[in-house]
Amino acid sequence: MNYGVVSQEQLEKIDEILTEKLIKIGVDCVIIIDMAGNIITAKDNGTSKYDVYSFAALAAGNFATVDAMAKLVGEEEFSLLFHKGTDCNIHFSKIDDELLLISMFGKDISLGFLRLNVVETIEQIKKLWARD
Amino acid sequence: MSFINLREKIVQIKIVYYGPGRGGKTTNLEYINRKFNKQIQSEMVSLKTHGDRTLFFDFLPFDMGKIKGYEMKIQLYTVPGQVKYNATRKLVLKGVDGIVFVADAQEQMREKNIRSLNQLYENLKSYKQSIFKIPLVLQYNKVDLRNQGIPILPTSVLEKDMNSKLKVPSFEASALTGYHVPETLKKIISSTVVSIQKKLL
Ligand SMILES: Nc1nc2c(ncn2[C@@H]2O[C@H](COP(=O)(O)OP(=O)(O)OP(=O)(O)O)[C@@H](O)[C@H]2O)c(=O)[nH]1
Ligand SMILES: [Mg+2]
Repeated sequence: MNYGVVSQEQLEKIDEILTEKLIKIGVDCVIIIDMAGNIITAKDNGTSKYDVYSFAALAAGNFATVDAMAKLVGEEEFSLLFHKGTDCNIHFSKIDDELLLISMFGKDISLGFLRLNVVETIEQIKKLWARD
Repeated sequence: MSFINLREKIVQIKIVYYGPGRGGKTTNLEYINRKFNKQIQSEMVSLKTHGDRTLFFDFLPFDMGKIKGYEMKIQLYTVPGQVKYNATRKLVLKGVDGIVFVADAQEQMREKNIRSLNQLYENLKSYKQSIFKIPLVLQYNKVDLRNQGIPILPTSVLEKDMNSKLKVPSFEASALTGYHVPETLKKIISSTVVSIQKKLL
């Protein structure tokens, strides 16, 4: 992928993967951002509306902060980044050095099931870029 | 780095207000937030301490309308200016497209301005970006204090201190009253848009 510009086909395929793997299992909202806080794409289930631009800025900051803390204690990275709430949970996963996948989901999905699907989603997205 | 979505024709541009602590970066964004409320769809996000110092960043998304059919989403950020926060300052600079350097024009701040500008040079270098290449505007803030008899550096001195090598656009300003705040913003947006336009084929 020519980072910085994503083609229409790439985005459509990514959106398909996100819908198929995450939205369909009940994830409320999934966003791909870069580490600078830009939104690559955002998908939701049609009922949840978040201010995705502010969210992306904060999420990138949050991820960068945790990453910097990991390095301070001698870890390469903290592989699980997860915020648990009463009605909403947020899960962060690194796609590669530049991109993050963020899933927001409610009580109906277990963290284990979500993680499994996130891993598969990321594999498929990576394959897509390797091809292009 | 700006992000261009070819499908929805959206360009996201990251502009960072940088400069010494208490120089007026947050005040710039607060003024923009009040003055251009029609172009701002969401709340300003401020991560700050109880004493109103920026702890991580302020964030304000600004809709610029369309250029060549592309919707321009300008993301304005400030960094925390306090010396001890350089690690977080660097995080905010990640992927920056354009910078406004807000200097404090008070005489007693002369050293701090220069030190902060030098650190900006270093911080950009750590991302393999050059202060001489990135779109940059200098703002000499707080000139309103002149009327209160507070010693303010003459613009010629500020220019010599900070802009003799950079040679970028600069403005005297007062973030508190809004004097030259929109001009600063327009200038950095236009410089940044020009610099990324070659990507918009
Ligand atoms: N007189 C005057 N005061 C100003 C001006 N701009 C900012 N101030 C004041 O200076 C103080 C610091 O302003 P901030 O905008 O918080 O400064 P900052 O650069 O964001 O500071 P940090 O977040 O610590 O980096 C506040 O009390 C402002 O009201 C100005 O143009 N004139
Ligand atoms: Mg501030």
